[in-house]
Amino acid sequence: MLQIPCPFCGPRDHAEFAYGGDAGVTRPAMDCDDLDAWVDYVFIRDNPRGPHREFWHHVHGCREWLVVERDTASHAILGAHRARERRARERGPA
Amino acid sequence: MRRVKRILPRRRRYSALAVLRHGLAGNRAWPAVWREPEPKPAYDVVIIGGGGHGLSTAFYLALNHGITDVAVIEKGYLGGGNVGRNTTIVRSNYMMDGNTQFYEHSLKLWESLSHQLNYNVMLSQRGHVALAHSPDQLDVYARRANIMRLNGIDAELLDRDEIAKLIPHVDHSENARFPVYGAIMQPRAGTARHDAVAWGFARAADALGVDIIQNCEVTDFLWAGERIAGVRTTRGDIAAGRTGLSVAGSTTLLADKAGLRLPIETHVLQAFVTEGVKPLLDHVLIYGMDHFYMSQSDKGGMVFGGYLDGYNSYAQRGNLPVMRDVAEAAIAALPAVSRLRLLRQWGGLMDQTPDGSPFITRTPIDGLYLNAGWNYGGFKAVPAAGWCFAHTIANDAPHPLNAAFTLDRFAEGRQIDEFGVGPYTFRQ
Repeated sequence: MLQIPCPFCGPRDHAEFAYGGDAGVTRPAMDCDDLDAWVDYVFIRDNPRGPHREFWHHVHGCREWLVVERDTASHAILGAHRARERRARERGPA
Repeated sequence: MRRVKRILPRRRRYSALAVLRHGLAGNRAWPAVWREPEPKPAYDVVIIGGGGHGLSTAFYLALNHGITDVAVIEKGYLGGGNVGRNTTIVRSNYMMDGNTQFYEHSLKLWESLSHQLNYNVMLSQRGHVALAHSPDQLDVYARRANIMRLNGIDAELLDRDEIAKLIPHVDHSENARFPVYGAIMQPRAGTARHDAVAWGFARAADALGVDIIQNCEVTDFLWAGERIAGVRTTRGDIAAGRTGLSVAGSTTLLADKAGLRLPIETHVLQAFVTEGVKPLLDHVLIYGMDHFYMSQSDKGGMVFGGYLDGYNSYAQRGNLPVMRDVAEAAIAALPAVSRLRLLRQWGGLMDQTPDGSPFITRTPIDGLYLNAGWNYGGFKAVPAAGWCFAHTIANDAPHPLNAAFTLDRFAEGRQIDEFGVGPYTFRQ
């Protein structure tokens, strides 16, 4: 069992979470008309063998979406934070 | 039975007479099953990956297209990857155009494979029975059966009484949590001996002149301008006219080195086998209220499989929640197995694609061809994937059977979406 360190609930078994896939993708702007950018966003993922940033939803806990960094070769969990923090960081200071 | 071309010289062929002859001579004179050649500096075609698909590709390149200057390069040993890590089920009950015809072609190749290879792959067409637990589910199965029959594939619908007669140990009582309403059956589907498939293709390809090079890892590609002209390996550089990539599970790692971005993520799928018991189940049985499939091996072990573990992984080992789900589904479907103990459990790496369907295609890079993205379905596809991939490499163009398995189908909106669950690799 993987143990995911939820910032709200502490370390919890991964069976409490739903997987949400690669957290590294960013949706193009809604008025973006570059088809390749949309295809990339919907279908293409990095798929590294090593550290991978991914979404997990704490469905059977606090219901918060998390971004977890996990090694896909060893399954070691390298860190976890709220997904909305990433959004705030990316948006930059108001 | 289709007539097949004999590949091996008479004295190397396996037969009852050969068993007798070698037996009388103390079994000391059996020829090596395949050679262990040193890699040559150049080949017409290099196939990366000595799994079922790579070996089958090399075999059909030699048999169907007369291309025998071929090397199959394998990082580990033959049979150590997914070809030896599956639940050995062979079937062609697919519903989406492209898949339906391809998998039926594969099943037809399976039916003559032991004769073609002169190697017993122990194909057992014991029938594949998928249970329906509601009238609606049976309606969906009826639609699937109709599509299969329109494509000339055998499919039957069974009611509960017929299932009770066919597989008496299924929980077909009114009191089951999910009562059985009926089933869809493909009588020609079944299982095959997975190791024998790898060994049989390797032996036949070797006999046709293919070099099988084990313990040789491809570390990079050789380029001639914009074109891929061979591979760099742990045993030296090997030039190639054409290079085929057939390394399911690790596709991204090599595609990255070629600068090719693919709609593939790597996931782990587990399989389980129990201690051996007397004959209990003589079909492949699919439980309809979970993703669960089981059959009984020739040794007597019950072979179980379920869902992916559900998160990206390159570790060839699984996790406990899926094991628990599989055990629950097994007991719900066939309560008699409740006291069996699991003997072994293992994991294999799946190339998961956003529509659950594979790629057998040319790539945007000259000289590089791709066979990947097999999701759960790689084992049953071994003969046809090799057959089609060989055609694609030999002609630099796909065969109509694999024309739909392209990379650009996502951009063009032509996904072969067998499951209808959206573009999530981990839900296919």
